[in-house]
Amino acid sequence: MSLSFMIAQFLNGLASASSLFIVASGLTIVFGVTRIVNFAHGSLYMLGAYFAVTLMQPLLDLSRSFPMFLLGLLVAAALTGLVGLCIEVVLLRRVYRAPELLQLLITFGLVLVIEDLVVRIWGPLELLGPRAPGLRGAITIAGSQVPSYDLFLIAMGPLVFGLVWLVLHRTRFGILVRAATQDRDMVAALGVNQSLLFTGALFLGGALAGFGGALQIPRAAASPQMDIAILTDAFVVTVIGGMGSVPGAALAALIIGQLNAFGIALLPKSTLVLVFVLMAGVLIVRPYGLLGRPEPLSLRVAVPEGFTRLMPPTPALWLMCGLVVAALVVLPLLADAYSQKIAIEVLIFALAAFALAFLIGNGGVVSFGHAAYFGIGAYAAGLAVKRLGFGMEAALLLAPLAGAAGAAVFGVFVVRLQGIYLAMLTLAVAQIVYAVAVQWIEVTGGDNGIVGVWPARWAEGRVTYYYLTLGVSVTGIFVLHRMLHAPFGYALRAARDSAVRADAIGLDVGRLRLLAFMIAGAATALAGGLYAFSKGSIDPTLLAIPQSVDFLAMLLIGGIQQIGGALAGAAALHLLRVWALPLGDMWRMVLGLTIIAIVLVSPQGIVGGVAQLVQRQRRARTSS
Amino acid sequence: MPTRRSLLASASATVAAGAFLCAALGPAWSQQPPVKVGELNSYGSMAAFAVPYRNGLNLALDEINAKGGVLGGRKLEFVIRDNGATTGDAVGVAEELVTREGVSMLVGTFLSNIGLAVSDFANQKKTLFLASEPLTDAITMGAGNPYTYRVRPGTFMQTRMLVDAVKAKGVKKWAIIAPNYEYGQSAAASFKRLIKEATPDAEIVVEQYPPIGKFAADAGATIAALDAAKPDGIFNVLFGADLTPFVREGNTRGLFKGRTVVSLLTGEPEYMLPLKDETPEDWIITGYPWEQITEPRHKAFVDAYKAKFNDTPRLGSMLGYLVVYMVRDLIDKAGATDTDKLIAALNDMKFDTIAGPVVMRGLDHQSSLGGWVGLSTQKNGQGAMKDWKFIDGQSVMFSETDVKAARK
Amino acid sequence: MTLLVVKNLHKAFGGVAAARDISFEVERGELVALIGPNGAGKSTTFNIVGGQLAPDRGAVELDGVSIVHKPPRAIWRLGVGRTFQIAQTFVSMTATENVQMALQSAATATFGLWRSAHALKRDEAVALLDLVGLADSRDRSVGTLAYGDIKRVELAIALAGAPKLLLMDEPTAGMARGERGKLMQLIVSLARQRGVGVLFTEHDMDAVFAHASRVLVLVRGEIVARGTPAEVQADPLVRRMYLGTYVGARTAGGDGAGGGA
Repeated sequence: MSLSFMIAQFLNGLASASSLFIVASGLTIVFGVTRIVNFAHGSLYMLGAYFAVTLMQPLLDLSRSFPMFLLGLLVAAALTGLVGLCIEVVLLRRVYRAPELLQLLITFGLVLVIEDLVVRIWGPLELLGPRAPGLRGAITIAGSQVPSYDLFLIAMGPLVFGLVWLVLHRTRFGILVRAATQDRDMVAALGVNQSLLFTGALFLGGALAGFGGALQIPRAAASPQMDIAILTDAFVVTVIGGMGSVPGAALAALIIGQLNAFGIALLPKSTLVLVFVLMAGVLIVRPYGLLGRPEPLSLRVAVPEGFTRLMPPTPALWLMCGLVVAALVVLPLLADAYSQKIAIEVLIFALAAFALAFLIGNGGVVSFGHAAYFGIGAYAAGLAVKRLGFGMEAALLLAPLAGAAGAAVFGVFVVRLQGIYLAMLTLAVAQIVYAVAVQWIEVTGGDNGIVGVWPARWAEGRVTYYYLTLGVSVTGIFVLHRMLHAPFGYALRAARDSAVRADAIGLDVGRLRLLAFMIAGAATALAGGLYAFSKGSIDPTLLAIPQSVDFLAMLLIGGIQQIGGALAGAAALHLLRVWALPLGDMWRMVLGLTIIAIVLVSPQGIVGGVAQLVQRQRRARTSS
Repeated sequence: MPTRRSLLASASATVAAGAFLCAALGPAWSQQPPVKVGELNSYGSMAAFAVPYRNGLNLALDEINAKGGVLGGRKLEFVIRDNGATTGDAVGVAEELVTREGVSMLVGTFLSNIGLAVSDFANQKKTLFLASEPLTDAITMGAGNPYTYRVRPGTFMQTRMLVDAVKAKGVKKWAIIAPNYEYGQSAAASFKRLIKEATPDAEIVVEQYPPIGKFAADAGATIAALDAAKPDGIFNVLFGADLTPFVREGNTRGLFKGRTVVSLLTGEPEYMLPLKDETPEDWIITGYPWEQITEPRHKAFVDAYKAKFNDTPRLGSMLGYLVVYMVRDLIDKAGATDTDKLIAALNDMKFDTIAGPVVMRGLDHQSSLGGWVGLSTQKNGQGAMKDWKFIDGQSVMFSETDVKAARK
Repeated sequence: MTLLVVKNLHKAFGGVAAARDISFEVERGELVALIGPNGAGKSTTFNIVGGQLAPDRGAVELDGVSIVHKPPRAIWRLGVGRTFQIAQTFVSMTATENVQMALQSAATATFGLWRSAHALKRDEAVALLDLVGLADSRDRSVGTLAYGDIKRVELAIALAGAPKLLLMDEPTAGMARGERGKLMQLIVSLARQRGVGVLFTEHDMDAVFAHASRVLVLVRGEIVARGTPAEVQADPLVRRMYLGTYVGARTAGGDGAGGGA
């Protein structure tokens, strides 16, 4: 590596660090103040780029000058900030009292809606914006051609950092933002108008995302795919830096910028996974990121996510379960082959979602990477059949073992962390597994996946496979349910309610959570194995982020506080998807809007909402 | 087998009678059920390609049905579905099309993983699947099956067209840049193999595989890494949202100066339109110079398309149009819609398409549809192709030995 | 053998010493009170003995076994039950379930995956709740209990492990005056009957001087005085540094609850 090449890569690294920092700073501020993991941050970035592309040409037609270009950037940023503000006022404000994960779900619904809106407004083709006047060319530095726009970008990073620092340290709003980041309850106790603060944070976060997007237009075209592309990077920067820490985001962006610049030169195929390995490594060494602080809630006395008591199952409940199972048993007599197929999928997702509920609802271990175990199970089953010549039965036994083993390996690191960092490590781990599936082509078939994973001859028939799935899923759910009501389930809940107290009565919180992680991993992988045989093919989308979000959505739509929530949610979300798909090009928007509507109408989820209605009626009856 | 023959005879008699009836009754085909074909594609997430494809498809359907449909008077109907852009959803949609809609065959898909999943589903359900767009070679080679056929020239064929076009230049030091997924990697692998066959002392001096859709994030560093290896030629597989920053940043940094650039798909309007005044000169590309094609039938298609949709055709439009006509010819030749007959008719069937004669090779189920190879250029601030010629697919297909080794 | 031996304990937080050279002992059956103003280092000392904090220097021995640097769960298994200054309970569970949890843990049943936990150790849990005076509220969710009652639940949890040593950080906080005396009486009798050593902190000086066997006075991380309640009360240094308000309040006829500086 020559010196001139190293200088060039260093400058390239700085330019991408600047871009990354600007986007990630918005994400980290929003998280710090509101504790919302804003999935729509990437969508705001994309909107910023589209706004800039649209505005810039008319502006430059007025006067082809650099100040006009800057004005275009700022207007695009302000418009995006307004979109962020609207999101807060119209949607997020309504669910601040609901479990924090629900806000995440709303932002995910927004991702779907905004993506379709962008295609509808600006068309599916990517749009190349004009170059910046005066910064079109390149300058030769140490023998390399460095675009002058890159130097401008390199300058923008520190400038934005300085401005954000001034806002945070020299304005009342900024001081409140910092206070809220450190201790949200304290700010609430001080009588600060919290919703105004949150609105401001979403505006600032949106404006930073939009500015970051707008800055990209002289380098890259605005495209409907750029939201997801930036989102994972922004997450990684935010987590490595420490959620809520702007200097942390700056430091992390610098590191990642250089890592990628030199990683590209040394290990060209590694870029898919490099940042996630870095993120996992940082979290293992520093559980709160480089400059983050622990959440001040280790001693807070509050029911996490408003979980209610786990009631021993009543005869009425058993009766209801019996009726549901009986209905499922007679279903093939009434439904056609396609409905049976849908029912198979619902049963599979129900098992996986129930396992996630076991982990999140009961154990307080929030996993953003649940699809990893689903995928591990599917791949284990598929590889066993295709590469090792196993039968379906053996493959279905292998799947949960692989899931448990995977969960054990990752869980050792995951369960040492807390809260959002734990969730983010599960995400990083899932991304690493995803990268392996994509890149290890000889074994996994890369993104083409593995085809020809069909059931054994005896289970080939639709109805037979339906009953196989029904048997396995119901048994799996029943076993998990037993575990919930067994001492282990209680100990897990105890550790969730108060880890300090649990430790002080001899409970090994880490081991409990690890075992829970493994059990959930095994059950999910079993579901993944069933899924592989039901579809006949597997590919990395099974363990990608959207699949993980789907599982979370099932849990939240159904109701995280009720045991049955995950099951209802799995059915609701999957049926919704199946219903929305044939609606045509806008199915994602329909799906996104429906998810948002469900969350707004019944923040406790479907089962929670029904339970509340029943309770209200009962109360009305007793009072009358 | 007399029974089968007599069945066939009676079937064709029925068809003939039907045809007669239809002819007698004119276009009022309500008495006859339409022939249903299931079409699934990523209309939402791959709209740039899939929506023009659907337009082309609808144009052809309208024409065909105005002229009497298929099987002597039955309406040809495409049941069009979004496949959700995931394999799981796609297989579900395929199932719905087959079991609920009762379609006679499946058509479509764009992404390779989805094409493969649907092809495997077709194999399992013994349903004909005409994969119109997915480029992966696996679908006709290693993962090929008796029920799946592919229309569009695959990665290997398109790479071979480019290598044939560039080999006279004798460029020896090559850089490869490709998206980090199967399409990119298999294109790179094919290029390596073919360039060494064409130029034995050729060497690959640098390879870069940015994650798909994320080239822009580290565009500078990737381009610097390519530049630092001092190649004489660059083989580019990036497309879509990765292509525009590659071209723009590459232009700014002088990456392409004095170098031969060979680029897959870049001349397809889907990917060339956004480049506008950044379109580089003299890259050797595959594409679709629709505005320069003078062949009367093709020109008629272009004019009809422009008139109907008030938009210019893309490669997808042409493909959609062409595929529907292939489906019509196939059904008419088979004289029925059951899978066995369709497949029997399809193997080595000759089609006369707007892109010239096409044979569906029975050996590997790959059509001999060709492609346009030429140089990139700018015309009035827009990208275009020049000095292009149409390469017949026959000349670039896998050899029989290759196919027999791959297809078991 | 002496139950608890604490020797030369030292702990600093970012340069501020919270415990300096603290040494004391607790015998079986006796109640040792640790008193001092807020921030004197009482909770730090508790947390070191309980295992929630690791000291910078010093030794802690339970029955001759060093427990320094052991995790809280191991210390609990060696026979140390504790309550916290801010009560730590399992808020989504009932009082009984809280105590059951501790009993199940004591019986090392918590990795049981199959048998229902609802009835497991329930009778013993009910008995413990009866003992601490919570018979009526045992099936109420802890989240709905008054703070004084939550403290009782904590005591029952602490007792569930049949501890040799009880660490009680402000056991009577949130209780009415009459209840405090009763609770302290209960603890005294438990200590006597079961031979349990008790180390406790308390702001209510009446409770301290009425029930403690010995008193340790902690000021700015140092033990400045120790002895029987009478000796400590008479210590001029203690009177000047800490008890002034208490004695003053008593002579003024106050209720004596405001022990803190």
